[in-house]
Amino acid sequence: MRAAGIILAGGNNHRMRDLTNRRAVAAMPVAGSYRAIDFALSNMSNSHVRQVAVLTQYNSRSLNEHLNSSKWWDFGRKNGGLYVFTPTITKENGDWYRGTADAIYQNMDFLKRCNEPYIIITSADAVYKLDYHKVLDYHIAKGADITVVCTEMNPLEDASRFGTLKMNEDMRVQEFEEKPMVATSNTISTGIYVIKRLDLIDLIEHCAEEGRFDFVTDILIRYRNLKKIYGYKIDSYWSNIATVDAYYRTNMDFLKPDVRQYFFKEYPSIYSKVSDLPPAKYNPGAVVKNSLVASGCIINGTVENSVLFKKVFVGNNCVIKNSIILNDVYLGDNTYIENCIVESRDTIRANTRHVGENGVKIVAEKEDRYAR
Amino acid sequence: MIKKKMIAMLLAGGQGSRLGVLTSKVAKPAVAFGGKYRIIDFPLSNCINSGVDTVGVLTQYQPLRLNTHIGIGIPWDLDRNIGGVSILPPYEKSRGSEWYTGTANAIYQNLEYMETFHPDYVLILSGDHIYKMDYEIMLDFHQANHADVTIAAMPVPMEDASRFGIVVTGENGQIEEFQEKPLKPKSNLASMGIYIFNWQVLKDSLLKLSTVPGCDFGKHIIPYCHEQGRRMFAYEYTGYWKDVGTLASYWEANMELIDIIPEFNLYEEYWKIYTNTDLIPPQYISDQSAIERSIIGDGSEIYGQIHNCVIGSGVYIGKGTVVRDSIIMKDVTIGDGCVIDKAIVAESAELGDNVTLGIGAEVPNRMKPDIYTFGLVTIGENSVIPAGVQVGKNTAISGVTRKEDYPDGILVSGETLIKAGERI
Repeated sequence: MRAAGIILAGGNNHRMRDLTNRRAVAAMPVAGSYRAIDFALSNMSNSHVRQVAVLTQYNSRSLNEHLNSSKWWDFGRKNGGLYVFTPTITKENGDWYRGTADAIYQNMDFLKRCNEPYIIITSADAVYKLDYHKVLDYHIAKGADITVVCTEMNPLEDASRFGTLKMNEDMRVQEFEEKPMVATSNTISTGIYVIKRLDLIDLIEHCAEEGRFDFVTDILIRYRNLKKIYGYKIDSYWSNIATVDAYYRTNMDFLKPDVRQYFFKEYPSIYSKVSDLPPAKYNPGAVVKNSLVASGCIINGTVENSVLFKKVFVGNNCVIKNSIILNDVYLGDNTYIENCIVESRDTIRANTRHVGENGVKIVAEKEDRYAR
Repeated sequence: MIKKKMIAMLLAGGQGSRLGVLTSKVAKPAVAFGGKYRIIDFPLSNCINSGVDTVGVLTQYQPLRLNTHIGIGIPWDLDRNIGGVSILPPYEKSRGSEWYTGTANAIYQNLEYMETFHPDYVLILSGDHIYKMDYEIMLDFHQANHADVTIAAMPVPMEDASRFGIVVTGENGQIEEFQEKPLKPKSNLASMGIYIFNWQVLKDSLLKLSTVPGCDFGKHIIPYCHEQGRRMFAYEYTGYWKDVGTLASYWEANMELIDIIPEFNLYEEYWKIYTNTDLIPPQYISDQSAIERSIIGDGSEIYGQIHNCVIGSGVYIGKGTVVRDSIIMKDVTIGDGCVIDKAIVAESAELGDNVTLGIGAEVPNRMKPDIYTFGLVTIGENSVIPAGVQVGKNTAISGVTRKEDYPDGILVSGETLIKAGERI
């Protein structure tokens, strides 16, 4: 592959509410067995990108733990591999990453030392499959300076959290608005870009000289008339998870056969860190309908229209409806959970009731269990 | 100098012919077990959990599945700079070539491998038992007794003792006598085929008996060490240990995993069993399903009813299908409207719609009555069963079968149907 990868995984979104109190958005568990960043990382690996930098800042411990070995995504190689860059204090710089462009600027050595002529930049908070090769070929064929991967916005979504694009017939970007109050276009940027490495170095350095820090507003929008920016439109599944509603909806999408077929069965696969858990176990009393169940779960109660992540224990006479139960949750007997997201490692006491009345409720009891 | 205190030699070359069509294309240690595992995962996981990080795996019969499963040992953390897992097949030598003719002969042919690590102790294991055991505690026992050879042994019911190699011990566990499948056993302590040898003792015995045809641990090496007056001890083990050598015991051991609190518990934190998983996605259970007393592997899609089953990864079970008391291995596809009772369906087999398995009276199998028994229907890997057929008890099917292979659409109890071809 003639491109190296950069995954921007540093941000938080206040619309994740309590879900990102203790983890990065990129480390959010998704679809029962994965984490959000697995999709971007697997796409990189499946597109034969050989070296990838993950730029992380907010709650980076959660992400570092997931990325403690690069072999699950096939990056454990002598040439290239996976690099995780958190902000560091240097002789010249004592700042955190002040924006996406600044994050790249602070890791300029990575860009200057790699040999690949192109760079693929992606966010880590979207669920999608994409062969970056195709985007790169398109980028070269168009003679573009920057290619932005874009998609039609899901009608349930709120355009004001995306960048919206207007393009001419040739797919050249005419207008680019970041998080508009009123969207004038349904085409949104996915936060995936292809750019020549040397161009990126120039733009980022220039940006830093002017004291500007954001890749979208300070590069894409400012340069949209000066540089040839093209849109590459995808119509395959793409969903950003960075609000509670979008996160809930994306997980529930996996109850649809076509979404499972696309992500779970079709080649190439999405990879994740293997957790060595036994098969899921259904004891007498288990009633499971239209649900996803990950490995290591033990079920004694009723589960409907829900997603159970790894190692969830469901006690006797429990009822779980329309809910997402994250990793390693223990649900005591007779609990009733409806329309909720239950945070990882929670211990829900017996006879508890949690119902999301107006939208999804986040249950975070944090009754920590740990080995002594 | 490379130095390892104890290395393990894992015998994984046997066919396990009593498992019938299950082992017609794979060695017994590679047969699936417990939804997502293979039998060899248990001794391999025991090794790494016991701190034994150097394991030679001796392969011979149909090794492809074993080789791809073990690879360089990543799932078991056995990818090491020094040691780790090595696959040891028989090889051609300048003085002639021979297959592994017996368990001890196989180890003898790999003296050079063991020599590299300058071990103090060598642990001999077989790749066809289901158990969790800390070999380090066995080694402590071995050292505390200043033993030359320690044999793991477990108490069995006295009436079964004549099926095993029996050790007769004195008060402190020192072995006084061996009886190989005795008619009148003097003890009920059965050898589990797990040995710790002092390296020098093992090496001397193997060299001394190198010309014995089919040299075997139970038949030759152990009696020889005893004759030589070596200090031999029995390490008594009382935990769960299951030889899954027959279809009945294989079926029973799988079924024990679905008990509410199984005696052999895969859900304990401190002694994990590792395996090579290529399937990561969660499983999907549809709104028409009913599942109870079962375990199901990753990435399976269940639209039917499952009662008392062990289901592997990547399995598809169609609408209106009922599966009871069965073992369904990885990547099997079962169509709509099937009824399946007490069957073992091996990897990647395909059953059409409205297939019925396990009907009629229990009639002994005509060809191999001692293998296909217990009322089981056994279906080999990559087999194809056409839609609408019915299959009786104590039957075996392998290969791509067509409607015309089933007279009146039925394979009656006690019949065997072996055809060529594989599901593509």
